[in-house]
Amino acid sequence: MNEKNNTLLIYTLLYFGFLYVPVLFLPIFSFNDANYMSFPLAGFTTEHYEEMWSKRNLHKALWASIKVGVVASVISTTIALFAAKAFARYKFRGEKISYGGIMMPFLIPEIILAVAILIIWINLGFKLGLVPVTIGHTLFCTPFAMLILIARIEGFDFSLEEASRDLGENAWGTFFRVSFPLYLPGIVAALLLSFIISFDEFILAFFLTGSDATLPMYMWGQMRFVQKLPHVLALGAVIIVFTTFIVLLAFWLRNVGQGKGKKDIAVKL
Amino acid sequence: MNNSFIQINNISKHFKEVKAVDDVSFEIKEGEFFSLLGPSGCGKTTLLRLLAGFEYPTYGNLLIDGTDITALPPDKRPTNMVFQNYAIFPHLNVEKNIQFGLRKLDLSNDEIGNRVKDVLTLVKLEGYEERFSNQLSGGQRQRVALARALVRQPKVLLLDEPLGALDKKLRDEMQLELRTLQKNIGITFVFVTHDQQEAISMSDRVAVMNDGKIQQLSAPNELYKNPKNIFVSDFIGETNFLKAETKSSDGEFINVSIEELGEFKIKNNLNIAANSSNVVCSVRPESMMISKVKSDWDICLDAKIRQTSYLGEMTRFYVEVQGIDKTITVSSQHFDNQSFENNECFISISLEDISLLNKK
Repeated sequence: MNEKNNTLLIYTLLYFGFLYVPVLFLPIFSFNDANYMSFPLAGFTTEHYEEMWSKRNLHKALWASIKVGVVASVISTTIALFAAKAFARYKFRGEKISYGGIMMPFLIPEIILAVAILIIWINLGFKLGLVPVTIGHTLFCTPFAMLILIARIEGFDFSLEEASRDLGENAWGTFFRVSFPLYLPGIVAALLLSFIISFDEFILAFFLTGSDATLPMYMWGQMRFVQKLPHVLALGAVIIVFTTFIVLLAFWLRNVGQGKGKKDIAVKL
Repeated sequence: MNNSFIQINNISKHFKEVKAVDDVSFEIKEGEFFSLLGPSGCGKTTLLRLLAGFEYPTYGNLLIDGTDITALPPDKRPTNMVFQNYAIFPHLNVEKNIQFGLRKLDLSNDEIGNRVKDVLTLVKLEGYEERFSNQLSGGQRQRVALARALVRQPKVLLLDEPLGALDKKLRDEMQLELRTLQKNIGITFVFVTHDQQEAISMSDRVAVMNDGKIQQLSAPNELYKNPKNIFVSDFIGETNFLKAETKSSDGEFINVSIEELGEFKIKNNLNIAANSSNVVCSVRPESMMISKVKSDWDICLDAKIRQTSYLGEMTRFYVEVQGIDKTITVSSQHFDNQSFENNECFISISLEDISLLNKK
């Protein structure tokens, strides 16, 4: 029994080591006073972080990523909310097909999605830029947002909505006074995860950005020059911390107040 | 008092092929405590949801106080509902839950405050205003659900098995309390339950449902004493069914041969046809007498006790009777299982306690 536990423990440690140790090198080297990622470390410096702040193009790319992320996450979460409600609440004809349809971008290789949007967009005579990236990201984020929301809405007691109707509220009043506040943690979780997915996304951006680089595109552009590597490492480290925080927040929100009162949320906060 | 306060006219509700409610018509009086009773799947909840407006009938129409409500959405109906799981809004406290339905009523703040205070007193929940649903017991949640519906002063209160989730003692208490409350405020209650004892003890009238149809609609004592068919007889209380065959009839009375016991003259309340084998006799366990010596009742039979169970207020005997090919259940308040020698006993039946029913 004990031996078996030890084997599992070693396996677990190896797994997480393999997963996270390489990622840890990024912040380590971002404080290293050298242009190359190699041991031994040369000395501690925050110079790369200062350099990062001074890059105008980086600011532009960051701003582009935030714009795309916010718009894509809001649109995809909205679509996902309506879809999730339909799937969780009703039985209807074509349910499986529409579910599969929405989940498709999750399964088809991103590069194919990217090329497909690229071809259509160019043939329609539009210019590449942040708009097609946003559209691509919306498609790509919707299934994630929907999975989160379905999990939330499936545990939802629909007699609460009936009670609201019974107490004199119409359909809209019911949505705003009952459903929305109760779905809210799920909605925020879906927004955050969609934003992070869009923020980190590279392939769609690579095909569709044209000259307006998003942050991952900017990083990729900088990687070609050795002397620019350190501030990309610094940027990478910042993004890792930021992303981890958002994802943890999203997962926490996803489970919060599930079938419980607001008071519970307040207590946990 | 309006005798046709709620009119249910030829209501049917079909879910695909399933006829959940099948051409049902009846009326509910103003101020009445009315129960819809039946096993699960009998259509009682569907009928209640049709009244609330959560479902719309396939055929037929519904009137409350003279107004046709058939096509009205739930928020436009003069009804409010106490849900089976209470459906207390988890993100609102007790006070906000109760105020929820007052927003659309165009009341002053004072009026809202007064109504909430009054209804909290009515359901004995003063001091619980700030609590959330997860900080309440089942009984308290039930009271919140009741208060939230009553504060709107509906013409009809619909209750969907509201006592089902409570433990037995609390349920008995709430039965009494609900009944008193209803009499005091005078609002018409339509109460759905599968518990026959609950329906019988609380209601002015009960509609027993099965297969989407009303099997019998009458006062509780009528249901028990004069069941109209074999379903009602079986569903309300306990009974023994005896094989029977009708012979000649002289209108009020009919000759019936029961099991191997012989032929008896029984009152024919349900106008059952003569010379039919499609009938059955029902005798309640507590209408029979069990005794050590022979009695002078209409029927007195030799019997042997096979098993007894002591239930506190009464003892139930499972007896084998000569001439009846199955075990008969007899209840008695007067004996315990030590009273009989060699389990020998006599079972006496009075003819007026035998109900003659059609088999289907």
